[in-house]
Amino acid sequence: MSTVAVIDYGMGNLHSIVKALQHAAPEVDVICVSDAEAILQADRVVFPGVGAIRDCMQALNQSGLADVIRQVAESKPLLGICLGMQALLTDSAENNGTPCLAIIDGHVVHFPEALTDIDGNLLKIPHMGWNQVHQLHPHPLWENIPQDSRFYFVHSYYAQPNDAAVTAATTQYPDAFTCALAQANVFAVQFHPEKSQAVGLQLLKNFLHWDGHV
Amino acid sequence: MSLAKRIIPCLDVDNGRVVKGVKFVDIRDAGDPVEIARRYDREGADEITFLDITATHDNRDTIVHVVEQVASEVFIPLTVGGGIRTLDDIRRMLNAGADKVGINSAAVFNPDFVREAAERFGSQCIVVAIDAKKVSLANEPSRWEIFTHGGRKPTGIDAIEWARKMVDYGAGEILLTSMDRDGTREGFDLPLTRAISEAVTVPVIASGGVGNLDHLADGVIEGKADAVLAASIFHFAEYSIEQAKQRMAARGIEVRL
Repeated sequence: MSTVAVIDYGMGNLHSIVKALQHAAPEVDVICVSDAEAILQADRVVFPGVGAIRDCMQALNQSGLADVIRQVAESKPLLGICLGMQALLTDSAENNGTPCLAIIDGHVVHFPEALTDIDGNLLKIPHMGWNQVHQLHPHPLWENIPQDSRFYFVHSYYAQPNDAAVTAATTQYPDAFTCALAQANVFAVQFHPEKSQAVGLQLLKNFLHWDGHV
Repeated sequence: MSLAKRIIPCLDVDNGRVVKGVKFVDIRDAGDPVEIARRYDREGADEITFLDITATHDNRDTIVHVVEQVASEVFIPLTVGGGIRTLDDIRRMLNAGADKVGINSAAVFNPDFVREAAERFGSQCIVVAIDAKKVSLANEPSRWEIFTHGGRKPTGIDAIEWARKMVDYGAGEILLTSMDRDGTREGFDLPLTRAISEAVTVPVIASGGVGNLDHLADGVIEGKADAVLAASIFHFAEYSIEQAKQRMAARGIEVRL
């Protein structure tokens, strides 16, 4: 039986992601852990997150999990979700500038103020709800997920990688932004697959069967 | 290609059972919340909101169990409102699998509670529920005030100013209910919805008064709502969520089909 470790670093509830992983692949053992050894021994690792980046990085640095995640990023399939995606970049503009894990080269920025759609209506921040995910190139995690499927988003910041080649998908709000990153054995999404019904479960299932190669 | 407008069925839950009040009286039993949530999920609901109307404190745990069960098999966002008064109430709901909590009266009694909640758990999970009622006369410019206790107690607080203040305090979303329309099936209070939606930077969910599918579309087109919430038209299977989405799409609204 393969094992997936969901990293628990005290930031919010992990109930949904654990249940969704169990649902997506009942044959996989899902563990929710903060212990470095257990994370390093798992076959795959999910790095979730909600809330503010400063609290997130503080928790990761104090617990030593920052280094554990860097090790995982070099050795096995890693899935970053939402704040867990943003934390992979070099730094974030949130909380007056916060250094992050620097696993993927680039920055996290806020949506510009006073965005409007083509009809002149104010676009609300946070970007909240179901938006289309446009896959830029084939990847094992997109298997059986139709192009431009809608996933559930809730965020005010987004990743801007320095190397455009790591962008795995974009979403428009109103301009295209990076909503998924793929770099070797690391995959990360701004949206919430655990809250995106059938397509979300499919993405989790794909991750749970991914060997980390593209 | 853009963000879809959301349809959110709301389940009023009393002691673990779904009920829906018409103007908060004449409550009818519409069944098991887990069963209903499953059906809404299958029909394409974009989120589900539970409003806990359990009166007695002793029975408040029933909603936690409902959320736990639903969150174990329904993988769309879940919001729980009703009786959220402390940071511990919020933590319990989030741990049970809720993604957002709705804060209503507690925000009116202590606005700093919203600030503390947003700082602790993040704005993305803090929905401030506003119950508003028109207080201006027919020949005056429209003005709405906040009411508490199910629309019975006026507070003297202007609804638009209140919405702006709650966003400043960290609300990530506003759930706006017209107490004049709630239970009437006459449609949303569109001028109120539009006034609030244009006054704040966060998404606004329109609620109160939906009697047919065009009311939902009106809430988005004329009320400028980012999401529309309804209870009774879905509970008694008058309309399915799917029909609601098709109607909205036919009126040119982007929805998740």
